[in-house]
Amino acid sequence: MSSGAPAASGLAAAGTPPSAPSARYDLGVRLRANSEYVAIPVFALLMAAALFAVFLLAIGKSPIEFVNYVWRGGFGTAFSLQNTLQRSSPLILTALAVAIPARIGLIMIGGEGALVLGGFAAAAIAVPMVGVVPPIVTIPVMVAAAVLVGAMWVGIAGYLRYARGVNETISSLLLTYIGIAIMNFFVEGVMRDASNPNKPSTKPIGDAYMVGYIPGTEVHWGFPVGVLLSVALYILMTRTTFGFAARVTGGNFRAALAQGLPVGRLIVGCAMIAGGCAGLAGYFEVAAIQGRANASLAAGYGFTGILVSFLARHNPVVIIPVAIMFGGLVASGGLIQRRMGMPDATVLVLQGLIFVVLLTSETLYGRFAIFRAGDAKERT
Amino acid sequence: MNAGVVTVLIAMLGGAIRVSTPFMFVAVGECLTEKSGRVNLGLEGTLVLGAMVAYAISYHTGSPWAGVLAAGIAGSALGAMHGSICSLPRVNDVAVGIAMMLFGTGVAFFFGKPYIQPTAPRLTSIPFGGFSDDLNLRSALDINPLFFVGIAVAVIMAWAFANTRWGLIVRTVGDSAPAARAMGISVDLVRFLSTTVGGFLAGVGGAFLSLSYPGSWNQGLSSGQGLMAVALVIFARWSPLRCVLAALLFGAAGALGPALQSVGVTQGYYFFNAAPYILTLALMIASSSATRSARDMPGELSMAK
Amino acid sequence: MSATGFSRRTLLKSAALGAAGAALDLGAMGRAFAAADLTVGIVYVGARDDFGWNQAHAVAAEALKLVPGVKVVEEENVPETDACAKTMESMINLDGAGLILATSFGYYTPFVVDMAKKYPDVQFRHAAPLWNKDKDPKNAGSYFGYLNQAHYVDGVAAGLSTTSNKLGFVAAKPISSVLSNINSFMLGARKTNPKAIVQVIFTGDWSLPVREAESANALVDAGCDVITCHVDSPKVVIETAEKRGVKSCGHNASQAPLAPKGFITGAEYKWATIYKGYAADIAAGNPLPNFLIGGYESDFVQNTPFGAGATEAAKAAANGAIADMKNKVPIYVGPLKDNKTGKVVIDKTYGNLDPYLDNMNYLLEGVVGSIT
Repeated sequence: MSSGAPAASGLAAAGTPPSAPSARYDLGVRLRANSEYVAIPVFALLMAAALFAVFLLAIGKSPIEFVNYVWRGGFGTAFSLQNTLQRSSPLILTALAVAIPARIGLIMIGGEGALVLGGFAAAAIAVPMVGVVPPIVTIPVMVAAAVLVGAMWVGIAGYLRYARGVNETISSLLLTYIGIAIMNFFVEGVMRDASNPNKPSTKPIGDAYMVGYIPGTEVHWGFPVGVLLSVALYILMTRTTFGFAARVTGGNFRAALAQGLPVGRLIVGCAMIAGGCAGLAGYFEVAAIQGRANASLAAGYGFTGILVSFLARHNPVVIIPVAIMFGGLVASGGLIQRRMGMPDATVLVLQGLIFVVLLTSETLYGRFAIFRAGDAKERT
Repeated sequence: MNAGVVTVLIAMLGGAIRVSTPFMFVAVGECLTEKSGRVNLGLEGTLVLGAMVAYAISYHTGSPWAGVLAAGIAGSALGAMHGSICSLPRVNDVAVGIAMMLFGTGVAFFFGKPYIQPTAPRLTSIPFGGFSDDLNLRSALDINPLFFVGIAVAVIMAWAFANTRWGLIVRTVGDSAPAARAMGISVDLVRFLSTTVGGFLAGVGGAFLSLSYPGSWNQGLSSGQGLMAVALVIFARWSPLRCVLAALLFGAAGALGPALQSVGVTQGYYFFNAAPYILTLALMIASSSATRSARDMPGELSMAK
Repeated sequence: MSATGFSRRTLLKSAALGAAGAALDLGAMGRAFAAADLTVGIVYVGARDDFGWNQAHAVAAEALKLVPGVKVVEEENVPETDACAKTMESMINLDGAGLILATSFGYYTPFVVDMAKKYPDVQFRHAAPLWNKDKDPKNAGSYFGYLNQAHYVDGVAAGLSTTSNKLGFVAAKPISSVLSNINSFMLGARKTNPKAIVQVIFTGDWSLPVREAESANALVDAGCDVITCHVDSPKVVIETAEKRGVKSCGHNASQAPLAPKGFITGAEYKWATIYKGYAADIAAGNPLPNFLIGGYESDFVQNTPFGAGATEAAKAAANGAIADMKNKVPIYVGPLKDNKTGKVVIDKTYGNLDPYLDNMNYLLEGVVGSIT
């Protein structure tokens, strides 16, 4: 990937307190270099806000009111913050489904399909177990089913890429549409719950088999699991032989072959990790939210995850703050609609602007001497 | 049942002609952009904006062709935006494309609100089925001029890639930026122009959606067709002519689901409706091989790196 | 003063409504509102101006904004995921909403039910006949118009408008209210034309304009000469039918201007009756009914004024059918068999609002199509 260099440089780009993990190295140099990864995004956000303010003024709305509502609706109250975190949790997992294959040079956009089929598999396997097998057994089985089915689904795209040279971007997109058709076929056919006439769904799994919220909060377990998984995959991709081999393969496919790396297994492995992450997102949609599988699983999280991963430059840890920012924008979008009487499309325009400006700002890295610690040379 | 088969075949012929045109325009436009070494995933947003602008302009001016032109201009504006942003070093074109998709869709939805309900003048089709007494065949052969424009653009583009200096320049820029620079070509300018023209074509594809078939403007109009068309370029292995074939195939397969249901083959309609995706995937698997995979791909594409 | 004049007028209207026999479940009444300061939150699944389902609600809900002291907050494009729960919760927590109107079928289970349990002081009303008196929270409820009665009237007119005896129906998803509309349309057609069959195409989703147009074309190709539909925005289907030179019946809102030659009539909700009733209850400080359903007899549905496609005979028959509906003449006269196995699925005659019919998961004999 052309943006590999900044992505590889790590944790501090998270925008969260930049010091902790790197503190044991040369603190001053690291801080200086890393502060670039905070200052430039902040500057970009301000620029996007300014542009959007012009748009708002042009249509006769108050930018100040707008900023106030973004804050209140997305972050400013305990309710809003939890709303934001909950909305970000599927995005973390579906973004991981893009980020991991990206490290090996594959653009997989099939997270939506793996999410849908993973969620469906979890519900399908749980329905006959409900009331027969206790939750303590059923829940892990559901998780395993979701992860496995998701992993297989994206794994197909990985395998086709390696064995047949089928472009993974298009095959994963096609598999997504096919996966949604499979889910709909079963949910509206043989697996349909006859007692729920107005929304074709599988039978409900029941409260006892749901995963519920983190005690004391209204955020479901998908969020901490996503965060932990992001960190784990970050370590996998940066600190292990597997991750190293994957990155070598992504950097230079022929060199990896020449070195005798198990390229096929690496490609299929990364694809399966991706699918597993998306499948897990599907599990949480079923077990923490819907309580059953239905067409609402295809809510577009898989597609939003693509953008989140690209914004995070495919760095698993940076995905977390980006997904939270995204969740906050969506959460506050509702309040903006309601209070300012603006259509939902306003939030789309804002999102588009923010992301275009953020992505444009990547050109600024390495251009300011103030951040330079001597070693950072500009790339072209 | 024989009559049923004929009905399905005529429906698929009609579907190929009616449904394929927007795919064709977006795919041929993206083909040009990708030949120059850039990916513009934002064409979904361009398609939607083109549809909205075309409908609005046709409504206000009374001239659908003015709408088509305006859609093209709106599309080139988005293309130019993408092209200039991606000229900056280190900016990832795939990611900017996704962001532009949100932006284009958002702008189209925002300004398109007043045009959902009114009826705008549409493009008229040319009847080619006069020879037949079969009303269905005649209807299937009511062909919009844009269909032929799309094919003509693809043919001209394919010819230009192979035979003109401009075509050579675009291909060189797409295959090796250093080589192009050595020849004194401005890589960024060529890519900027290719993306702008690609955006123009995608905008015209949107105009077909709102002014011909299905011939209406609302927020659900595209539902992912632009994204799919971009993917079809890969399927067509970066050949404008194969883009046309892929679009025709996709349109015909898309007609299969409704057509089968209309003749009483009703079980499993979700799979019939997914026929375009299943068929495309099957064809890709059948036609690919491990050795040949990236042969036709422009060397500078960021997907290829 | 105009304000008191208004509330007296709406009060009278609400009394008339009650007398008209809307199914008011007075036993399970919720808390009465203090009209002075009520915030109403309305949740839509699509755009408020989609020229279809959502717009029909949004236009009718304007009535609530006219009530003094009532503030309405609206949010559109809210998917049927936890986004819906969070939106309702956000309306309660950040806007202080005391009444939530959720207008999409899929919001009910689990989201409306869960939120109603969590916020017992807030009233929830949902637009589908799903509220269960015994199981569901008392601060939740349903409101719904039985549009199948108007589709039945469409069918009566369509049966006299076809020469091929094949009628086409473009449907989104096989949920019970869609199936009931299809079955009622068929039964209406058979009333005037025993040879009529209804050919169904399911598109698979609520808004897929290209596939809807393809479906309408495919139905015409297969010989159908009257087309109707149940999708979110019927504009495309009706315009395609007109382009192909066949007749059409509308859905959701008036599509008469879209088909100046072939439009017969259309099935329209009259949400205004319900929302005006709610507005009157709020203005008068009365609790909202938990379960408010009805059809022609309660003025909750209507048919679009006849278009050029309606013959005199069709008009007369349709007007007769409308009178029947107002007099509660049943549509489903048993026994009726399904179209797949030939099994009797409707064993006896059911009243038009009978809850047994809410669980419809079959297409009747006379319909060609499959729900899977």
